[in-house]
Formats: sequence, C-alpha cells, structure tokens
Amino acid sequence: NAKWGAVVPADRDLDKNTPFEDATHYNNFYEFGTGKSDPSKRAGSLETQPWSVVIDGEVGNGGRFALEDIVKPSQLQERIYRLRCVEAWSMVIPWLGIPLSEVIKRAEPTSKAKYVKFETLVRPEQMPGQDSSFALIDWPYTEGLRMDEAMHPLAILGLGMYGRELPNQNGAPFRLIVPWKYGFKSIKSIVRISLVEQQPVNSWQAIAPDEYGFYANVNPNVDHPRWSQATERRLPNSLFNPNIIDTRMFNGYADEVGSLYAGMDLRKQF
Amino acid sequence: MATSRRMLTLWRVAVFIAALAPLVYWGWQVAINAAGPEPGRYLLLNIGQGILWMLLLTLSLTPLTKLTRWKGFTLIRRQLGLWTLAYAVAHLLCYALFILGLDLSRLGSEIVRRPYIIVGMLALVGLIVMGVTSNKWSMRKLGKRWKTVHKVVYLVLGLGLLHFLWVVRADLEQWSLYAAAGALLMVLRIPPVARQLPKIRQLGKRHQGARA
Repeated sequence: NAKWGAVVPADRDLDKNTPFEDATHYNNFYEFGTGKSDPSKRAGSLETQPWSVVIDGEVGNGGRFALEDIVKPSQLQERIYRLRCVEAWSMVIPWLGIPLSEVIKRAEPTSKAKYVKFETLVRPEQMPGQDSSFALIDWPYTEGLRMDEAMHPLAILGLGMYGRELPNQNGAPFRLIVPWKYGFKSIKSIVRISLVEQQPVNSWQAIAPDEYGFYANVNPNVDHPRWSQATERRLPNSLFNPNIIDTRMFNGYADEVGSLYAGMDLRKQF
Repeated sequence: MATSRRMLTLWRVAVFIAALAPLVYWGWQVAINAAGPEPGRYLLLNIGQGILWMLLLTLSLTPLTKLTRWKGFTLIRRQLGLWTLAYAVAHLLCYALFILGLDLSRLGSEIVRRPYIIVGMLALVGLIVMGVTSNKWSMRKLGKRWKTVHKVVYLVLGLGLLHFLWVVRADLEQWSLYAAAGALLMVLRIPPVARQLPKIRQLGKRHQGARA
C-alpha cells in the first residue's frame, strides 16, 4: 500500500532510473570493504531480522523498538531521488520509505533536541570492514542532521528500493535518505537515533574535517580539496561517453530546501 | 647461473606478455561489461595500482641480481621501467578521458590546484625523464651522470606512494602493503645491507655444496 509518485524528478530524460544492477553493485558501504563491489560481494551474510532501533536522548518516548513498530504507523511512499556521491558520481534511485519527521514526532522530542544523531550497526563478525585494523573510521559510523533538516519532508527513512526490500549492500533494513546532501550523509543499517543538544561529529568529518563538513550539502561552488564538485558523472557511463553533467545546487532540490540555509556561509559551513 | 641466449630471449618475451596481460584483462572486463557502471574509473584505479606493481618489480631487480647473480633480471630492467612509464601514461589518459571527459581547460586547472595531482604529475615527469634517457645513445652521452639521472626512480617511488596515500579514504591496509614493499626495497639498497646480499648467495651455495 505504497503511496506512489510522491516525488518524481522534474527532468525525466536526464533523471532516468539507474539500472537496479548498477545501484546494487556499485556501493560505498565501508563496513563491508572500501571497494565499490565489496558490499555486494560481502553483505549477504548480514542478518537483518530481527532488527531493533534505539531511540534516545532528548525524547519523551524513547526506548528500544522493533523495526516493525517504528514503521507500522507510517505509510510507505515511493520517492525517486537523485543520489549525488561526494566522489562526483551520481545515480537516480526509486526509494521506498517513510518520512523521518513522523518517526521523530512520535519520539516526542523535548525543547533541548537540536540535532538528530544516527548510528550504524557494529557487528564485525558480519561486517568485515569493521575488522580491519587499518580502518580509519571509528565505528560505529555516525551521521547527524540539524533538527529542521531532519523534519524536512524530503528526508526519509528508507526500507526499500525499486519496489522491493533494501538489499543488504544498500543499507538494509533501515537507512536514511537525504537527497540534497552528499551520499555519505545517508547513513545505512541504522540501529540508533538520538536526539541531542550538541551538533554531532559525523564519521567523515572526524577523519578529514577539511574535506568533509557536517552539512555536506551538494554544492557545485564549493570544491572538495581533491576534486571539483561543479560536475558529476551520471552512472552508468561508458568509456567514450563519461556522461558528465553539471551538478546543481542542493542536488537540484534548492527550491525545497534552500530556505533552511538562508544567511549561512556555505563555504565555511560546507 | 648460465642461461642460453635463446632462453634469455624467451624470458624477455615472457616478461613482455606478462606485463601486457593485466591491460588486456582489464580491457576485456570493460568490453564484456563486467567492470561496473563506471568503466573509466575501473581502468583508472586498476592501472594506477599497476604502475606501483611495475615500479616495485623494477626496483626489485637489482637486489635480485645481487642475490642470484642471474643476468636475466638485469636484462628486463629497462623493459619493466618502460612498462612503468607506459602504465603511468595510460593512467593519466584515463583520468583525462574518462574522469574529466577530455576537458583540457579543466585538466590544466586541476593539475595546478590539487596537490595529489601535482605529486602524480611530478612522478610522471620523473618517469618520462628516465624513459627518454633509457636508450644506449643517452647512456653513452650521459656517461657517469646516467646513474645519477636514474636515481630519480627513488623520488618517483616516494611521490607515487604519496599520491596514492592522498587518494586513500578510509582504510590504509592496501597502501601499507605497497609502502612496506617499497620500504623493504629501499632498505636493501643501504650499502651495509646491500653488501650482505651476495653473501647470502654464497651461503646458499656452500650449503648446497655441503649437501652434495
């Protein structure tokens, strides 16, 4: 009983859905290795049932909840979103999910709740990347949103894609999708959602604060120190058609989310 | 170790085929659509690692010669050095063609703006200098200075590892393996260590002699 077509890309020619095979075999999910094909090769062993999520911090209705109980009161919606990776490639993916705002409202945030912090599962025996002694990420993988970002209707918690359940390599069973930010903000396999007063430090910011900020809004005018963000390679591409297109402010969602950042210096708060 | 001329020719051809094989394999993977949704990046990254393999193999030939005295190792040194250069040129071409889409103005601005690309380009310049002076004419012309010029290879190794380190994002395992191999090959060149290598060979010989 999904609600269809809630958000469809404006440019139907450019924003064609990425083939399922590519969206599920070209992933960054460092818990399963740093190669793009590592997650699809290694994530199969992750047990995603049963799955529970801790909701805590500045909330009136916190605790550990079975995933079904978090999802049940909401209606699944289909959202076709562009996904822009900070590495300058992009895809278009039809997600199934529920508004993040609904889950937050049910947790009854207190007046002190200023940010939302998310954490990924830590289970090294099923997530070989967490077993690497050379890993620079301090597990669990952590992400965060400002409260108004989290309450924005475009931010969803994903449970499926392409009309089916999320494959493990795409963050099963429960992940965040924030389409106007670089892909790494859309944290996968979430086990904890905390409402907090202080701005959390996200994992990539902790590793390289000069390269990755807290906001990580898609912004063609602010380069990554190692490459330009002005353009992106829309995948799949081929050797002689790299399919390089212009990157749009807030990944093309500026009309919807631009007001969240009014008055901010996006060069400093990148 | 004495090897017939014919065997040495075969050996050089075999090395040539082995060095070419990865490029053929990656090209084949792209051709059969097995290289993922971004084949240009697949080639870029694989060839990038190939450069390090070729460079480390080239640098292992001198210690191996000292260890075994087999002239076959010396014989392929120029070839592997030139393969390193060829892989590096292919790597740059992949970047220009498939990542920048042959936008030459961007190539120029990226080269000056990104430290890891500057470092990579410097390493390539070092390889080109060695490549163009790798012929017999240059060797004669440069005389004793030829060796000095080709010491650039150590700088190229350092720059190449730095270039790779700056690309690594979240896991240092692979980089550490390359760096350790490079460090080992450097240690084997420290004079007191290098002097031990022929002795190891003689020890082995004596051991064999004792058994016989």
